[in-house]
Formats: sequence, C-alpha cells, structure tokens
Amino acid sequence: MTLLIGLTILVLASFVGFEVITKVPPTLHTPLMSGSNAISGITLVAALIVAGRGNGTATVILGFIAVTLATINVVGGFLVTDRMLEMFKRKDRP
Amino acid sequence: MNEIFSESLYLVAAILFILGLKRLGSPATARSGNRMAAIAMAIAVMVTLISNEIVGWGVIVSGMALGTVIGAVAAFRVEITSMPQLVAAFNGFGGGASAFVAATELLRDSDPALEAGVMIVLSLVIGSLTLTGSFVAFAKLQGLVSGNPVGFPGQKITDSLLAITLVIASIGAVAQNSVPAYWTVTALALVLGITRVFPIGGGDMPVIIAFLNSSSGLAAAAAGFVIESNILIIAGALVGVSGLVLTNIMVKAMNRSLSNVLFSAFGGSAAEVEEIGVEPVWQANAEDVAVMLAYARRVVMVPGYGLAVAQAQHTIRDLAAALEAKGVEVMYAIHPVAGRMPGHMNVLLAEADITYDKLFDLEDINREFPTTDVALVVGANDVVNPSARNDTDSPIYGMPILDVDKATNCVVIKRSLSPGFAGIANPLFHLSTTLMLFGDARDMLKKLAIAVEES
Repeated sequence: MTLLIGLTILVLASFVGFEVITKVPPTLHTPLMSGSNAISGITLVAALIVAGRGNGTATVILGFIAVTLATINVVGGFLVTDRMLEMFKRKDRP
Repeated sequence: MNEIFSESLYLVAAILFILGLKRLGSPATARSGNRMAAIAMAIAVMVTLISNEIVGWGVIVSGMALGTVIGAVAAFRVEITSMPQLVAAFNGFGGGASAFVAATELLRDSDPALEAGVMIVLSLVIGSLTLTGSFVAFAKLQGLVSGNPVGFPGQKITDSLLAITLVIASIGAVAQNSVPAYWTVTALALVLGITRVFPIGGGDMPVIIAFLNSSSGLAAAAAGFVIESNILIIAGALVGVSGLVLTNIMVKAMNRSLSNVLFSAFGGSAAEVEEIGVEPVWQANAEDVAVMLAYARRVVMVPGYGLAVAQAQHTIRDLAAALEAKGVEVMYAIHPVAGRMPGHMNVLLAEADITYDKLFDLEDINREFPTTDVALVVGANDVVNPSARNDTDSPIYGMPILDVDKATNCVVIKRSLSPGFAGIANPLFHLSTTLMLFGDARDMLKKLAIAVEES
C-alpha cells in the first residue's frame, strides 16, 4: 500500500512539474536546470536519515559520502543559481 | 516531534519547491523563486534532523560541513563559461548521493522486502548511471577528454549486451535478494554510465546534461521510495520531469530523437565530412566590416559556442555598445542549442551585462532577419546552415535554424572553413551576400569595436 501511495504522489507531482516547467522561457533554461538540480539534492534528507542511524563502520563511511555529495549538490546548486540570476537584468534597471 | 507535525512541514517544503519552480519561470521573479526553493530545502533538512533519532551526529556535521565548503567554493569560483561542467558535476553528485543512500540502506537491512528491493535496485542503477555519466560529461566539457564523438567498433553491441546484463542482474538481485548481486548491478551501472556517454559528441551535450538532470531527480525519487519519504518522491518527480521537458526541447531543436542522440555518436568523423573549400568565399577585413556595421540600421548578433570558447561575451557587448552609440539597433539571436547546455548563451551574455530584452528566441528573431542589414555570426555554424531548410539530403535537414542568410548581408567570424560539430559543409559561407572574417572571435570583435568607434 505504501508503494501505491508513493506512486500516486510521484505521478501527481510529475503532472504538476510538467505544467510548471513548460512555461519557463528559454532565457531561463540554465538557471532552471541548476535550480532544479539543487532541488534534486533533496536526497540529502535520505542521506541524513541513513547516516544518522550510525551503526557499523561501513554504514558510517557510505553515509558520510552520501551526506557530503548531497550537500555539495544542494549548497552549490542554490548558490550558483543565485549568482546567475543576479546577472539577469532588464534595461530599466541600472 | 510527532509525525503529523513533521509530515506537515515536509508538505510546506513541497509547496515551496513547486512555487519556487513556478517563480523561476520569469526573469523578474526567478531569483526569489530560487531562494524559496532553498528555504524549502532548509526546512526539509531541519525537520529531518529534529524528527529522526540521530545517533551519528559526527558523520552528519562533518559531511555537511565538507559538502558546504566544496559546494560554495565551486559555486563562487566557477567561470560562467564553465557552467555546463559545473551543472554536470552537481548532477553527478546528486545521483551519486542517491546511490549511496540505497547502498547504506542495503548494509543496514541485507534482506529487504520485494518492494524495497526493487526500489533499492532502481536507486542504485539510476544513481550510478547518473554519477559516472555526469563525470564523463564533465570531463568532456572541461576538455579533459576529447569532446569528439569517440567510439570503437562494436560499441553498440557491447553496450547493448551490458544493458541487457544489467537488466537481468537487476531482476536476479531482487528475486534472490542477494547482496553481492546488488553490488554487481551497481558495478555494471557504473560502467554503462561511462561507456554510454563517452561516444557522445560535445555538440550533443545540451541533451545529455538535461537528460542527466532528469535522471538525478529520478534517482532521488527512487531513494524516496527506499526510505519511504514523500518529500523525496515529490521533489525527485519535479526534477525528473523538468529534465525530461528540457531534454525534449533540446532534441526538437536539433531535429533528432533522444535515442538518436544517445546511440548514434553523431558527427565529427572524418569520412563523413564533405569536400569543403572548393567553392569560393568572400573574405573581408575588420575595417570594411566595421563600416558596414556602423552604417547599418539593424545588426543581429548570432553567438554560438565559439563565442563561449573564446570568452568573448564582454567583447561582443563592447562592439554592441559602440554600434548603439552610432544609433544602430542591436539584437541577439539565440538558438536553443547554441552552447553546451540549455540556455547557456543567455547566461553568458547576461554575465556581460547584456539585458535580456535584447535576446531573442529562434522564432521571434527569424521574423526580423529579412529587415536586418547585417547578421554577425560569431562561432556558430550548424545552427545557421541553410541546408537544414532547403537540402533534403543534408543530415541536418529539418533542424530549425536561424535564417541569417535572409539578412541583407551576413558576416561570419570563424577560425577557418572547418565544418561544425555535425561535420557538414555550410553553403552560407559561399553566398555572395556573406563575408568571412577569419580569426579568433575575441580578437576580431575587439578590432571591430575599435574600428566602429573610429569610423
């Protein structure tokens, strides 16, 4: 049953995503990509849970790698997107 | 914290992710949208840390600290021209993290139920493919390995066998629930990620990066099923779909199909290159072109990947400013696949303080070319090849192109007459209305800017 609920959420979220993303103009495709890339770092939540359980050396090592990689993805992704979007200017703004 | 409370906060995070993505749809609200998504992430992380019984704080704190430093340094130091590599690397980290989550879960519970086993395999496979595929893409974009389509005879057969073995091994791993089989599957996926992306040429990178973007999202969604977390499934699905939408836009702009990009090692091989240089071209010098530009009413700049390679985005801005000072109207034509990732050229020109209201998409600018005096093509080739419109035998026939040949005059800045990524001769160079300026894009633009100012 959990699987079915998960699939339901997956499908509905996909439709929402499609509706939102198709409206993004080409000018913003790179920031959209790096921003959504940062969102895919949500796997950090999973990494925190598995690393936090902390039993056994192997778990600790793999958990540590998972947390580090996901954090790079999240922090780097949001920061670089912000840096890019800062550069997008219109004529009327100095 | 009770479950209702934590799940409610995850729901808030999910809503903020969606609203953030929605705000990314307009230049005016995009920055706040990105921040909204970042806040959503912070909420999700904090809820997770508070609501779970965390034993290994040391691992978490050190991992997050290290990740923050690496991520922040990379984000602040990267050149805007290197944005495709960075996004490729980040995609790889995200996918890799999901694979490591599944692996950690497998270590904890070496006898998962059937459903969990399926999701662990999906997470391992998609995550591993994304990890190695992204790093090959990174290496290609960074110039660490050849950006040309590199393949070997029998490549397709080898890869097909590898893929089939991967599928069988995956089914076997789940059916037998054997941990070594799970590791075998992971190893196969890691190898397949390398061999599959290696033969793909640099010009196809916009498709590959968009596709890997999607797969990093799907890997996160799969990890969400593994640890039964709705927020991972929602966010993963959003990114998965976002990547697929972009992939689709890119392959359409190339008039290809995804399978064609993934499996054909398109372009570049010497045997396919047609005889070039037999027909005459009209070579010009910077001074003549400068006069032509300065006396034009409208000039359309057509930047391509060559502009990014030459780091000439600031120089083209200087030339545009010099022309605008003379009363010339300057516009920029952006082909969807100009550059190495979707929207690459827009970001590059934004870096040079070129405002986005001067950048025009393919359809909008093609209406303007017939009334344009000069189209200045800088480092672009295939996207301005008229064969795509009128030569049914051309391999790129049907690809949407920028109709620069419809402008009164066309000036092409190019290093030499060598063919573009697709290895196809470009009749544009031989038109009587086309002038060729041979040289480095940045040097040539600089010369033009100076000559325009002096004219």
